[in-house]
Amino acid sequence: MGVTSQGTIYGINGPVVRVRGNHPFQMMEMVLVGNERLIGEVIRVLEDETIVQVYENTTGLKPGEPVISTGRPLTVKLGPGIIGNIFDGIERPLTSIAEKTGPFIGRGTVMENLDAEKLWDVKVLVRSGYELKPGTVIAEVRETPSVVHRVMVPPGIGGVVDEVVKDGSYPITQAIVRIRNGKVIHDLAMVQEWPVRTPRPYKRRLSMNEPLITGQRVIDSLFPIAKGGTAAIPGGFGTGKTLTQHQLAKWSNADIIVYVGCGERGNEITQVLEDFPNLIDPRNNRPLMERTVIIANTSNMPVAAREASIYTGITLAEYYRDMGYHVAVMADSTSRWAEALREISGRLEEMPAEEGFPAYLPSRLSEFYERAGMVETLNDSTGSISIIGAVSPQGGDFSEPVTQNTKRFIRCFWALDKSLAYTRHYPAINWMDSYSEYTEELKDWYIQNAAPDFMEKRERISRILQEESKLLEIVKLIGSDILPNEQKLVLESARVIRQGFLQQNAYHEQDTYVPIIKQYHMMKSVLNLHDRAAKLVAKGIPVSVIKRTGVFEEVIKAKYTTSSDDMEAFETLDSGIDSILAGIEEGYRGTERRRHA
Amino acid sequence: MNLEYVGLKEISGPLVVLEGVKDPSFEEMVEITIGNEKLLGRIIEINGDICVVQVFEGTSGISLANTRTKLLGKPLKIPLSKEIFGRVLDGVGRPLDGFGEIYPEKYRDVNGQPINPVEREYPRNYIQTGISTIDCLTTLIRGQKLPVFSGNGLPHNQLAVQIVKQAKIADESNDNFAIVFAAMGVKHDVADYFRNSFRSSGVLDRVVMFLNLANDPVVERIVTPRCALTAAEYLAFEKEMHVLVILTDMSSYAEALREISSSKGEIPSRKGYPGYLYSDLASIYERAGMIKGRKGSITQIPILTMPNDDITHPIPDLTGYITEGQIVLDRGLASRGVYPPISVLPSLSRLMKDGIGEGYTREDHPGLANQLFAAYARVQDVRALASVIGEDELSDLDKKYMGFGRAFESQFISQEFGEERDIMETLDLGWLLLSLLPREELDRLSPELVDKYYTDPEESESRFRRWM
Repeated sequence: MGVTSQGTIYGINGPVVRVRGNHPFQMMEMVLVGNERLIGEVIRVLEDETIVQVYENTTGLKPGEPVISTGRPLTVKLGPGIIGNIFDGIERPLTSIAEKTGPFIGRGTVMENLDAEKLWDVKVLVRSGYELKPGTVIAEVRETPSVVHRVMVPPGIGGVVDEVVKDGSYPITQAIVRIRNGKVIHDLAMVQEWPVRTPRPYKRRLSMNEPLITGQRVIDSLFPIAKGGTAAIPGGFGTGKTLTQHQLAKWSNADIIVYVGCGERGNEITQVLEDFPNLIDPRNNRPLMERTVIIANTSNMPVAAREASIYTGITLAEYYRDMGYHVAVMADSTSRWAEALREISGRLEEMPAEEGFPAYLPSRLSEFYERAGMVETLNDSTGSISIIGAVSPQGGDFSEPVTQNTKRFIRCFWALDKSLAYTRHYPAINWMDSYSEYTEELKDWYIQNAAPDFMEKRERISRILQEESKLLEIVKLIGSDILPNEQKLVLESARVIRQGFLQQNAYHEQDTYVPIIKQYHMMKSVLNLHDRAAKLVAKGIPVSVIKRTGVFEEVIKAKYTTSSDDMEAFETLDSGIDSILAGIEEGYRGTERRRHA
Repeated sequence: MNLEYVGLKEISGPLVVLEGVKDPSFEEMVEITIGNEKLLGRIIEINGDICVVQVFEGTSGISLANTRTKLLGKPLKIPLSKEIFGRVLDGVGRPLDGFGEIYPEKYRDVNGQPINPVEREYPRNYIQTGISTIDCLTTLIRGQKLPVFSGNGLPHNQLAVQIVKQAKIADESNDNFAIVFAAMGVKHDVADYFRNSFRSSGVLDRVVMFLNLANDPVVERIVTPRCALTAAEYLAFEKEMHVLVILTDMSSYAEALREISSSKGEIPSRKGYPGYLYSDLASIYERAGMIKGRKGSITQIPILTMPNDDITHPIPDLTGYITEGQIVLDRGLASRGVYPPISVLPSLSRLMKDGIGEGYTREDHPGLANQLFAAYARVQDVRALASVIGEDELSDLDKKYMGFGRAFESQFISQEFGEERDIMETLDLGWLLLSLLPREELDRLSPELVDKYYTDPEESESRFRRWM
């Protein structure tokens, strides 16, 4: 085992290395390549040759250098120390890399994934004689002030507790519980390993009936995602994919956030690292970084590690799900991951399918998205993983293979729109192209937790928007002046919805996060205005008269002027509008009477 | 190391294949001698003792028998010292100006290494370019990569020169800046234009030029931007200078990449470009930025010409996904005589939000920029409508937007080549233009800001009447 089994490098082509020698490598096994021990993974085994993809830059590698087998697939270390940290695509901590190789990322830096020296305060929860099953929680560690880390028996292991350590401070590699299964003895430490490409086991899947609240109005109210659900955010460049992902990472009510920066900009990761420690989680008043882990493989870092980063991220998420947490994974961007697949596939000279992407693109995408879900874990708790994947379609064209194949495996589609982004309407989620398949499942939750008539309000809002889009077709041809007053009112109300409700300012203190109850009241105010105005219009009062009073602007501004915990402000707003409109009606009646007289 | 290999196995386009090579390493440099001529090449694929080498100077004149090849034992490195200022170098960093070799302080690998994201400093200092559209609407930030998406025949070169001439960093003296200029596949006169402009604006002794002109070898073009950025990294992170890098034309670069890819027989993806075009472009663009604890910075302005003015073409498309925004030039504006013909709506600076506003420029800047974008977007809708029903049939409000649009284009976007506008001047001009619209149309601005800056509509109208 281990060091003795090896092959030698025969050929090199970018990140793809051909290995010869008589050692029987296993498929998907992790190997160490060359004198610098670069980390690689076996991706094809032929009769006389093995193909390896290398996770680091291969400049300077030579034929004849050794390739060492490790006998195990690409794995990650799971244990305390993950949260609040930032890793590269194969779970190497970037801060430790910086300590070793300075501001630029060097090569061959084999290191501990998790700090092995740090001492953690352990509270052991089992006693000798207990019978343990896979997944049972054996100890608790406060990983950050926001997260209690539950140390679990790894999957596939079980037995009777023989010995436990006293509560106290230990490093993650220290055995804290010894269990015996017949003659086999297992020493369980805080840290365990798991191969990234294999989903971690759970007991059974549960149905999803609770939304992942994000504080973003267009998402929560119109296109909600369930906890355990999957969503895609496709959009051309400059439409705000990353900004939306950042907003969701900041404000969604998951317990743990796994942010995978896959092949994107370096400065975006830097921004997260700067912002998150200073932002406060509204739920427990702790910095957001204390519930966040970042996987960063920027666009100029090695492409094979980019391919792995998605799996690393989802495996970390599954580990915390198994503890009974609700985890949200932000993958920005899955297109870069698909392109990494294409790049490697091209170097292997595989037969390409659409646009050069390999034929296995859809199956890889489905495998990834299927790792989301609400489950009953092995230790009978409930945990979930929601996946929100950004998609960067080539040329902003949604008919390209990655967007199309992603659409088959997600149930929530937030389509970003270039023309909205041009007018600086953010989030630029197009309300006509987007959809959520979760609304039916989440209906009861909204009725019980938001308002009994929440769904009706939501329906009406989307109906006005739909009517507007129909009317705009006409307006494009003949202008809006010729429309009858009822239709002008629809346009006006839709404008209020767009500017006052759908548009949300991520940089405004009051507006960046909006609780669901305020969202409800905002919808209610808009509809109240619409209904009141419709009555006036029915009496023959032109929309322009109503518009002159500034009531529409009043409602648009409500998002800034009302605070999130003062719902009475909306009552005042509504009654204010009522009296203004009543005033118009009064005045109008007056003129009517005069005319008749 | 000094083994020489006589002859070649195969020649294909810019690539040659060597056989029986002992101990080659991936991306190692080789020297090929034909008679008195020495050519430079790089190993790009190894299979046992067979190496595929790309030859920087091209392969014309090479036969299977007339070469002697030597492995140099190192990847491509260029000599660097502060003496490179004022020098003109070729695409792989060899002097072209006849002033002799560069006495190196050190050699650096042109491939560079990725900056660790945790060591990056988030860019915040804005650079005043004196161009209203850029300063107000797509603010350039020090350490940003902001490309110019242009088309053939549009004045992208003038724009780049104007930025170089006028670039000022708020509250800092300007004696610590440098310009690295890389030309890839551009015409001689374009390179001359840049050199003359640098001279006439008195910055030539702060410029390093890397030239790979239109008739220079294609393979060399692949390393030209990398050489330039290696020099920039040396100046920025070792000599603590603020470096502005101009890369032109990235479309020629990408085409060179495609040419080599196809002669290697690789599987093409979109429009024949290799599947790794994104990663490859990223390895260039991501070399912009700032590093914690180092004083210098690298700001990149890559210029690319969109084939057929198509922004969805793979080159601008992938570039836009990597860079931090883009400045898009528009043929329609140019033909109406607007300079710089910056198409406002698709242009964007991703970093501006953290480098403008109170404490940086002025508190009204973010809202003002948003409002101008929104209003100008509305202008486009109104114009579309006007082209169907005629301008006379428009509502009064829409007519106001038409007027605003014309004044905005001729007074705000348009400015003289030598005209330098202070940021405050630009912002005030923006407010004057917005005041052409009724107050209640300003929905992206807080009421306090409108109270403070909204001016008398009639005054604005009399000022801009002849432009509306």
